[in-house]
Amino acid sequence: MRFLMLVKHGENPGPPPKEFLDAMTKLGEEAAKSGTMLQSGGLSPLAKSTSVRLSRGQLTTIDGPFSESKEVVGGFAMFELKSKEEAIEGAKQFMELHKKYWPGWEGETEVRQVLGTEAFDPKA
Amino acid sequence: MKVARKNSERHSACARGWIVVLSVVVTATDTHRAIDAVWRIESARIIAGLIRIVRDVGLAEELAQDALVAALQQWPESGVPDNPGAWLMATAKHRAIDHFRRNALLERKHQEIVRELEAKQEMAVEDLHTAIDDEVGDDLLRLIFIACHPVLSTEARVALTLRLLGGLTTEEIARAFLAPEPTIAQRIVRAKRTLAEEQVPFEVPRRPELASRLSSVLEVIYLVFNEGYSATAGDDWMRPALCEEALRLGRILAELAPKEPEVHGLVALMEIQASRSRARTGPSGEPILLLDQNRELWDQLLIRRGLAALERAEKLGGARGPYALQAAITACHARARLPQDTDWPRIVAFYEQLAQLTPSPIVELNRAVAVAMAFGPAEGLQIIDTLVSEPSLKSYHLLPSVRGDFLFKLGRFAEARVEFERAVSLTRNAREREFLLERARTCAEAPANSGPR
Repeated sequence: MRFLMLVKHGENPGPPPKEFLDAMTKLGEEAAKSGTMLQSGGLSPLAKSTSVRLSRGQLTTIDGPFSESKEVVGGFAMFELKSKEEAIEGAKQFMELHKKYWPGWEGETEVRQVLGTEAFDPKA
Repeated sequence: MKVARKNSERHSACARGWIVVLSVVVTATDTHRAIDAVWRIESARIIAGLIRIVRDVGLAEELAQDALVAALQQWPESGVPDNPGAWLMATAKHRAIDHFRRNALLERKHQEIVRELEAKQEMAVEDLHTAIDDEVGDDLLRLIFIACHPVLSTEARVALTLRLLGGLTTEEIARAFLAPEPTIAQRIVRAKRTLAEEQVPFEVPRRPELASRLSSVLEVIYLVFNEGYSATAGDDWMRPALCEEALRLGRILAELAPKEPEVHGLVALMEIQASRSRARTGPSGEPILLLDQNRELWDQLLIRRGLAALERAEKLGGARGPYALQAAITACHARARLPQDTDWPRIVAFYEQLAQLTPSPIVELNRAVAVAMAFGPAEGLQIIDTLVSEPSLKSYHLLPSVRGDFLFKLGRFAEARVEFERAVSLTRNAREREFLLERARTCAEAPANSGPR
């Protein structure tokens, strides 16, 4: 089963402490070594992003920053895992690192299964 | 070590009993499902770390299992700890100390181990995790090499690898290989005993031994993959869990041994083959051949990963390794957006290289298919006809199946039908049998010798 992890946080979390970056690098290496992470990446800030919106039959293209958004998706990772529990456990480890090495940081990791990947798991 | 082994055998019976209890309880609550997940994530690292300390695969596995049992007893009440892996490792190490203390005839070596452990145990749990972390990569690599050691039979290597590195239960392995559970359990027990008796060291082999030891590892991984990808028997045409497991092991190995081109070659081969998983079976589980597959269902993420791995293999000078060559062939298919875009002459060239490197009737059979696609079925038939008397292919259903296909395309339906029916009698896979029967029926319906199709 494939899972997309979306990391969300406030628009300007500030620069991460060095300890956090080190721990993150290590977690990334471990994830690669676990053979389960297919892809991962960070996303540019909303200020440098563009939104193409359909509303009331009208297409509008809006450049960031977007004043109304409180939380932004800052990064993502795609995993191939056996179960949702495994995905949750992974997300918890990821958030533990934030808790430990980045005091005051608040946010969430959304765990979403990629539909159509159940074919890889007959039990799903 | 005699005493230790005796002790560990008694222990082992005990652990088996627990596992039975475990599998009943595990499905019961959320915490147990979480523990299941933690176990899958952490078990290989824990077992690997423990083998380095206690120098015995069987004992290390039992200690890890003991820690798991402790987690199952305590976590439902205490909650899952912040660092569950470190908790399990610390608990297993406590058990190791207890185990050696209980042993009335402490050997000097054991005393040393106990002293070493106690010193480390005084550190905080957190530090412990960091301490073992530094060697985790090496330990895992050692674990892969010991599980795939040539002193073990291929079957034993496969079972032990899935057990120790995949964290699969004996029951899961038995189900995947359609073997009775006691057979697999026996196989694993015997394998661990053999490793102890032969005093196989827990180490990464050095050159010149490395090449042959590595190929033994790659063979095991690819065997697991193939068992999942084209199951030789049973009702499901493939058993995807095994493919996933093999891919995971391959990716781990690629990170641990990044300079070995054939590792990347194998990973490339598996990634690209796996990318077709969703396209190669129809709604009712029937097989769909490569050229008939809906290529939109091919997993582009896996294809990209596969092509990247192939590039790594080539950059390391491994373009002509057997796995890299096979990967290059699958890559030709992956790059073709439409079946008619396939670069068949290039595929033929790769098969020719492969035939020189690892000559085998199976490679010839595949080359015949490529030649038929590149230069016409008559050319392919010429190669096939040299294989008909090949003893090793006598009961291989794909030979008559492919020959039948060439004859069919040449409009020789009566002969094709005979071949398809022969293939039906040889396959053990229910899905494939239906598919071949259908082809035989089509031949019967076709007007006799109506010319090539």
